[in-house]
Amino acid sequence: MYVVDAVPRTQYYAIDALKLDCGRTLSPVTVAYETYGQLNAAKDNAILLLHALSGSAHAGFVNDKGEQGWWYDFIGPGKALDTERYFIVCSNVLGGCSGSTGPDSIDPATGRPYGLGFPVITVGDMVRAQKCLIDGLEIETLLAVVGGSIGGMQALQWAVDYPDIVRSAVILAAANRLSAQGIAFNEVGRQAIMADPCWQNGDYYDGTPPRTGLALARMIGHITYLSEESMHEKFGRALKGADGYRYKFSEDFEVESYLHYKGNRFVERFDANSYLYITKAMDYFDLPDLTSIESKMLVISFSSDWLFPPARLKALVRTLRRKRKDVTYCDVQSSRGHDAFLLEVGPLTELLSGFLDNVYGR
Amino acid sequence: MQRFDQDIIVNLIPRGARVLDLGCGNGDLLTKLKRSGVSDIRGVEIDDRCIAACVRKGLTVFQGDIDEGLGDYDDASFDYIVLNQTLQVVHKPTLVIQEMLRVGNKAIVSFPNFGYFRIRWYILTKGQMPKVDFLPRDWYDTPNIHLSTISDFQAFCRTRNIPIERLIGLKSCATGKTVGHFQNVLSQVGIFVIMSEREVPN
Repeated sequence: MYVVDAVPRTQYYAIDALKLDCGRTLSPVTVAYETYGQLNAAKDNAILLLHALSGSAHAGFVNDKGEQGWWYDFIGPGKALDTERYFIVCSNVLGGCSGSTGPDSIDPATGRPYGLGFPVITVGDMVRAQKCLIDGLEIETLLAVVGGSIGGMQALQWAVDYPDIVRSAVILAAANRLSAQGIAFNEVGRQAIMADPCWQNGDYYDGTPPRTGLALARMIGHITYLSEESMHEKFGRALKGADGYRYKFSEDFEVESYLHYKGNRFVERFDANSYLYITKAMDYFDLPDLTSIESKMLVISFSSDWLFPPARLKALVRTLRRKRKDVTYCDVQSSRGHDAFLLEVGPLTELLSGFLDNVYGR
Repeated sequence: MQRFDQDIIVNLIPRGARVLDLGCGNGDLLTKLKRSGVSDIRGVEIDDRCIAACVRKGLTVFQGDIDEGLGDYDDASFDYIVLNQTLQVVHKPTLVIQEMLRVGNKAIVSFPNFGYFRIRWYILTKGQMPKVDFLPRDWYDTPNIHLSTISDFQAFCRTRNIPIERLIGLKSCATGKTVGHFQNVLSQVGIFVIMSEREVPN
């Protein structure tokens, strides 16, 4: 018996240099990561978990700051990613701002934060950085790569790039490319940031960051993560005050107040330039050739997701089926939109634990 | 309950065959196939709880309706396509059978036989839609919209030049007993193996 570390700590892995898709080399690179559970002697129980746009390495349990991981309900003893059986690794993406090297890191050439001097990165680059970490942890095969949204894109990239390492891949609310609508929303978010006078062409680290722009980008993003139905259920036309309309351009409706709250909370923890870089990586993501995949795949869409609608995921599954890949597809009925991959604990746990059980095979 | 119709279908399929099961439910037939050594197996099922059950059994399944489940595949992608006790619920049986024989070299189709003598007797004596153990639901409460007899299906194949390789008349799913004569009268379930034109020797 071993004791599961009740308080996970973020650790840091150093890479000397990373060659990027854009042709540049980034050096040095830090990858922030957390692990849960224990790698077994056969080293065949490792699962790499990949976070979405605003996530971090802190995926499970409660850390020393009292924060629950972003997939808290899915990681732990007896949960979908059962820490008594599996060894789970989650790292912050390259270009992120929660410990891994990103535009807010110090550029060794100048001694100042990269800002826009940071190279434009791709999902392929993120995966290459993760591969260095996995090598560093001496993990030779991954039982599964699991991710939602841009995390799902990374999982797919893993399955394409490293077919001999990845035994299975779970793709939640993601497809092999971002739709025109997705690119459009990302671009509006970026424009909101770049239109903020505080943005200063990305060189704001000595002064005031573009809070207004980033909060606005987050508000726009948040609308795309919900569904018409879930917004109606959650807020309807409920008013903030008890006295009816205020006849001013301040917050009247609950939904406005909610979006402002989400936007304002986001700027406390996220870097505006990271938002630009990660959304750009999402836009560039396009994997038409899935021939190399050898992994067992589980693809899950959510019925009310309009950022990655079931039709887009079905198109991915169709391509995989035509190539006779081992792919299972499920459309989970949910009113919670794109965010359902974080919220539909019951049906997802059932699917994930059943799937992983069979891949693990013991 | 033991499903002898499934066991009979398993015995019709050779090891090494590529199989697609349409309307695979909880994956019982696919699991039996897997245990008998048939490894290249897929299922299509519309119900999400059934999908979860199949995933738990380690099966590869696609959530969608049957027509959607076939359109993705190239001609002759499978050796056998199975439609077990599902023909009577599909909206477009002709299209489904055509597609099955395009994607598969052979198709196994089974359905409750409305020509069974007890059903005939039920209608004759009661004058009502039959409710028997293998067709237990009321007319207003059944998913069955295209009920037929063994004789109907033979005529269906004849007019479309679909070769019938085999017909097995199953006296009862619960006992697994088959009948060799008067199959349209004595069988509760008809199991047909039909072939694509590609399979017919010139």
